[in-house]
Amino acid sequence: MSEGTLYDKVWDRHAVTRLPTGQDQLFVGLHLIHEVTSPQAFGMLRERDLEVAYPDLTHATVDHIVPTSSKDRPYRDDAAEEMMAELEENVRESGIEFSHPETGEQGIVHVIGPEQGLTQPGTTIVCGDSHTSTHGAFGALAFGIGTSQIRDVLATGTVAMEKQQVRKIEVTGDLGDGVEAKDVILEIIRRLGTEGGVGYVYEYAGEAIENMDMEGRMSICNMSIEGGARAGYVNPDETTYAWLEGREEVPEDGAFEERKAYWESIRSDPDAEYDDVVTIDGGALEPVVTWGTTPGQGVGVTEPIPEPEALPAEKVDTARRAQEHMRVEPGDTMEGYEVDVAFLGSCTNARLPDLRRAARIVKGREVDPDVRAMVVPGSQQVKAAAEAEGLDEIFTEAGFDWRGAGCSMCLGMNEDQLEGDEACASSSNRNFVGRQGSKDGRTVLMNPRMVAAAAINGEVTDVRKIKEVALNE
Amino acid sequence: MSDELEIPTVESVTGSGVAIRGNDIDTDQIIPARFMKVVTFDGLGEFAFFDQRFDDADNQKDHPLNEPAHQDASVMVVNANFGCGSSREHAPQALMRWGIDAFIGESFAEIFAGNCLALGMPTLEADAETVTAIQDWVEVNPDGDLEIDVAAETVTYGDTTADVAVDDAQRKALLEGVWDTTALMKANAETVRETAEALPYVENGKRV
Repeated sequence: MSEGTLYDKVWDRHAVTRLPTGQDQLFVGLHLIHEVTSPQAFGMLRERDLEVAYPDLTHATVDHIVPTSSKDRPYRDDAAEEMMAELEENVRESGIEFSHPETGEQGIVHVIGPEQGLTQPGTTIVCGDSHTSTHGAFGALAFGIGTSQIRDVLATGTVAMEKQQVRKIEVTGDLGDGVEAKDVILEIIRRLGTEGGVGYVYEYAGEAIENMDMEGRMSICNMSIEGGARAGYVNPDETTYAWLEGREEVPEDGAFEERKAYWESIRSDPDAEYDDVVTIDGGALEPVVTWGTTPGQGVGVTEPIPEPEALPAEKVDTARRAQEHMRVEPGDTMEGYEVDVAFLGSCTNARLPDLRRAARIVKGREVDPDVRAMVVPGSQQVKAAAEAEGLDEIFTEAGFDWRGAGCSMCLGMNEDQLEGDEACASSSNRNFVGRQGSKDGRTVLMNPRMVAAAAINGEVTDVRKIKEVALNE
Repeated sequence: MSDELEIPTVESVTGSGVAIRGNDIDTDQIIPARFMKVVTFDGLGEFAFFDQRFDDADNQKDHPLNEPAHQDASVMVVNANFGCGSSREHAPQALMRWGIDAFIGESFAEIFAGNCLALGMPTLEADAETVTAIQDWVEVNPDGDLEIDVAAETVTYGDTTADVAVDDAQRKALLEGVWDTTALMKANAETVRETAEALPYVENGKRV
């Protein structure tokens, strides 16, 4: 078993007791809730006449069903309106803080947590959403839970968990031009498999990770779950502390320095022991895009799509079905694959630096007339900050639709959905069949600049061939 | 008082099986997101695997869950990494409400298995060969019973008894009836409070 890792240290600090099942009861420092997975848990609480144990350590937002066209109430979709009303009632009754659309602080739960400084190193964070792993970018132990576990956390402030093994993934070298955090994580999942991380927590380390900004680290930790790992983290460092300082929920001045000492103390020791170590040469990567229907079915943009038969035996069937669904041929590259939609958004890639990088590709160019392209900022604050820099104009002038904050077309629970067999260049995290709202829809996952390039050319494009334009010109 | 809630033990599951073949079957397939626009889990059963079971005109497609012979199935036999993707408990809830009480598979995604446990549904693991043999058998014997013994970690069907593995914590939880953790953990409220107050970032139950 691992020893001296951040995971071990944070786990030990939060372990309450060993349960009769052999699981640990773990204290939850931050419980994030949203409208889709929490209402049933509040219902279960009411059935048992229980109250929320730690309302001040609970924070709500609305993201999955919220329309991105207009925040006017009631929502046009009755079901969405009902879910929103239910959440409003639940947080009011329990005294839980709510980043409501009227506050200007609403957004995707994994964007607003860090943004408001709720997400901090050395804390435990849970949410009824598998992409909770995102918060690990700050050196928090963060993972997704189901609704019955949400009930547990609401009622007790704790969750029953078994300790996992720790795999260190070292990404060495400097990432090349056009290569981003998204490409690194797609490559990790491609290599280790969609279930390679089951039973593990991933510690991301190495030069490429250390040199990455917080948003990049979030993109990587975000998709840990797509590799089967329920949690992933990066040890906190000066980049982390600088990003956090001054944010709403972060201690100030002397208290900040004191807290920093705690954050430093939970970093993995230099001689920490890991259950497994994997090394990836970051310098050798090129932009990665998916050709199939799981996030592990990725390929470098200039590399040939694999023959299903050339894959490990257990992957052959899935690959064959995926290629049929996507209508791709082994031996071809994904470059040139025609797209109908470009979606720039989601908890993976809808933060300000993501939008800035994409804007450098879009500026002065036009979206292909056959493509509908949209930008869905991750939060109202991201949207406001982007508008203050004029990014909205760059996107709208090029023909992008500039929308409000939410999960949107990542999972098609609001009106933003693929239609029929549309193909979508998407900065999101899942290319599952039906994920973007149409069961015949075809999703190609890629980094935000690649999405921008695909929108302009109407096909998957190697973004390294497009000249970036400086934003301040 | 609700803390005294009686939680039944799950020592065995007996019933006919249904095979859902394929690796990496994600929870978006098990229950498409559009059916999650609800505030209760009631009625989700009919939407299990909806897009695999019905075409655009809502006509039935070829799918094991549509076959009349499998309508009473209570054991779902699956392959590798079943239930990956979204954490939505709607997925096991939908399958439970369809009639499933237990799963046998090559492997399960972690959050999915945890959600199943919270509902008292075992997720038993076996190697690919064993799973395929059970899948073949249930397809030929849709009315035949699979008898799962959680304590012995076996499944018996026809003349065959095969070993299946249950995670230790899951096994203990099911056998001792402690899979509903709310009451169990609520009883430790004082220790929880002490653990919280010892953290540098919590004071009087608030973030500081």
